[in-house]
Amino acid sequence: MTSVVDPGAWWSRLFDFTDYGALLPLVHNSLIAGALLGLVGGLVGVFVMQRDLAFAVHGVSELSFAGASAALLFSVDVVLGSVLGSLLAAVLIGLLGARARDRNSIIGVLMPFGLGLGVLCLALYPGRAANKFGLLTGQIVAVDTTRVSAMAVITLVVVGGLLLVWRPLTFASVDPEVAAARGVPTRTLSMVFMVLLGLAVAMAVQIVGALLVLSLLITPAAAATQISASPRMVPLLSVLFAEVAALGGILLALGASVPISPYITTISFLIWVVCRSVGSRRTRRGWSRRAAAADEVDGAGHAPVATPLG
Amino acid sequence: MHQGAARGTLSSVRNGSDSHSPLSARPGEPVLRLEDAGLAFGDRVLWSGLDLVVSAGEFITVLGPNGSGKTTLLRALLGMQPLSSGRLSIRGAPPHRGSRHTGYVPQQRSLDPVTPIRARDLVRLGIDGDRWGVGRHGHRAEVDELLAAVGASAYADVPVGLLSGGEQQRVRIAQALASRPSLLLCDEPLLSLDLRRQQEVTALIDATRRATGAAVLFVTHEINPVLPYTDRVLYLGPHGHAVGPPDEVLTSPRLTALYGTPIEVLRAQGRVLIVGDDAHTHHLEEAGA
Repeated sequence: MTSVVDPGAWWSRLFDFTDYGALLPLVHNSLIAGALLGLVGGLVGVFVMQRDLAFAVHGVSELSFAGASAALLFSVDVVLGSVLGSLLAAVLIGLLGARARDRNSIIGVLMPFGLGLGVLCLALYPGRAANKFGLLTGQIVAVDTTRVSAMAVITLVVVGGLLLVWRPLTFASVDPEVAAARGVPTRTLSMVFMVLLGLAVAMAVQIVGALLVLSLLITPAAAATQISASPRMVPLLSVLFAEVAALGGILLALGASVPISPYITTISFLIWVVCRSVGSRRTRRGWSRRAAAADEVDGAGHAPVATPLG
Repeated sequence: MHQGAARGTLSSVRNGSDSHSPLSARPGEPVLRLEDAGLAFGDRVLWSGLDLVVSAGEFITVLGPNGSGKTTLLRALLGMQPLSSGRLSIRGAPPHRGSRHTGYVPQQRSLDPVTPIRARDLVRLGIDGDRWGVGRHGHRAEVDELLAAVGASAYADVPVGLLSGGEQQRVRIAQALASRPSLLLCDEPLLSLDLRRQQEVTALIDATRRATGAAVLFVTHEINPVLPYTDRVLYLGPHGHAVGPPDEVLTSPRLTALYGTPIEVLRAQGRVLIVGDDAHTHHLEEAGA
């Protein structure tokens, strides 16, 4: 075991680009999986932000972990297990937690239950420890072809579903009262989104692990909303950020002997830090060129109220 | 002065990009018809025997204490709540969810400052936010026109969460006008605005109905900002309802009858003050304040 105080040894465990060309083909599948996840995470994240569902994402991912652990124990497909676990959680949260307060308490109840169940299944599982740990904190081992195919199918369903309901879901998310008055089926859409969210979470658990799902389902979208409010730019930027984090993380982790998730979470976080500082500067200066003109419309002497973000 | 300007641009909305479309309603034409309408939840009757015909361009102010069924009335008009009895039609047809004949202005709520949506996007949702799919680019001219009509062009690209309450309500009105409604339903749009903004928003709604011919149903606790524009009052009370011009409905004897408890209506400097002396009426003091 390497000494814990030797920075050189740490560095070589974290970044090792020897034989990079030879290693690259080995992560071919992981890269595809990462790209799919970036697309799904970036798009779903936009609605997670709009609907204030960050905590729900975390709760769903713990039940997804329980499902995957149970699948491991009973030698069933792990992707199937995590999909079933997160769908169950997502539907429960969707059905029981229409209001935010209810929702948070239900998630708070479900989350430790799921985590405990998962821990139990893993404790009983006789297989390799790395497999167990991977479900919580991300995979080290390469993703096999069956898993990539499963993820491609999930991606098709989630992205297709989101595109289909995009406009009314946006309406129902940012402006629920008027959307309902305009005949948008807000409750049905809420349920549809929870199912799509469950699928996306199950997919993310495969790569970054249950504990770190938020890094691809929230952080990129949160970063995007810091620097844009355009309904076209936010999803595009969010997907871009998620792709950079997912693919960049996998490529950096290639020669390393630690899981890929810390690379993904760190890139994701750094992007957010940059966007956040750009965004807060923009808010301090006032958003776009409105100040003077708005004052004129709004009546003399009343400066427009700009709520600072921080 | 501002009102005049708003009126001018509103006419251009009406005749502008879609000039072959008919005026939302011809003046005097009945837009909304309630016949012997009643609404009850189990044994609890909110209102019953309500007869009301609202013509195009009319400004109806809906008053009443909390729980008297004002919001439920709006929900019925939006097709979200069936009547328990009687008939209801909007432009000759029963209301249905998502009807483009009705526009809806909600009360001002503080939106999260990071909600990724600009004023123009909120208006855009009023045009086609209820349709499936992603939606194409376009409608930009229409959105610009709507924003100009309510004097909100200056902050078209500002995130809605960063707008002041009065600015948000202007954008809301533009959003409600997006489907060229012949009936504008306003659900406490003045709540949490200061007096000056209340007057501005009310003046804008008045200018809107004059320009577009839309009838207005204005639910409010604040009588005084809407009093100058009100054609008729619909007062929903615990003991029945009353419909008529403000001077006829807002009188001590009528409100005493509606509440079943002594109520006094005071008038001073063109303002109405409604005073009662028990728990029933604390909201009324609010109304007159």
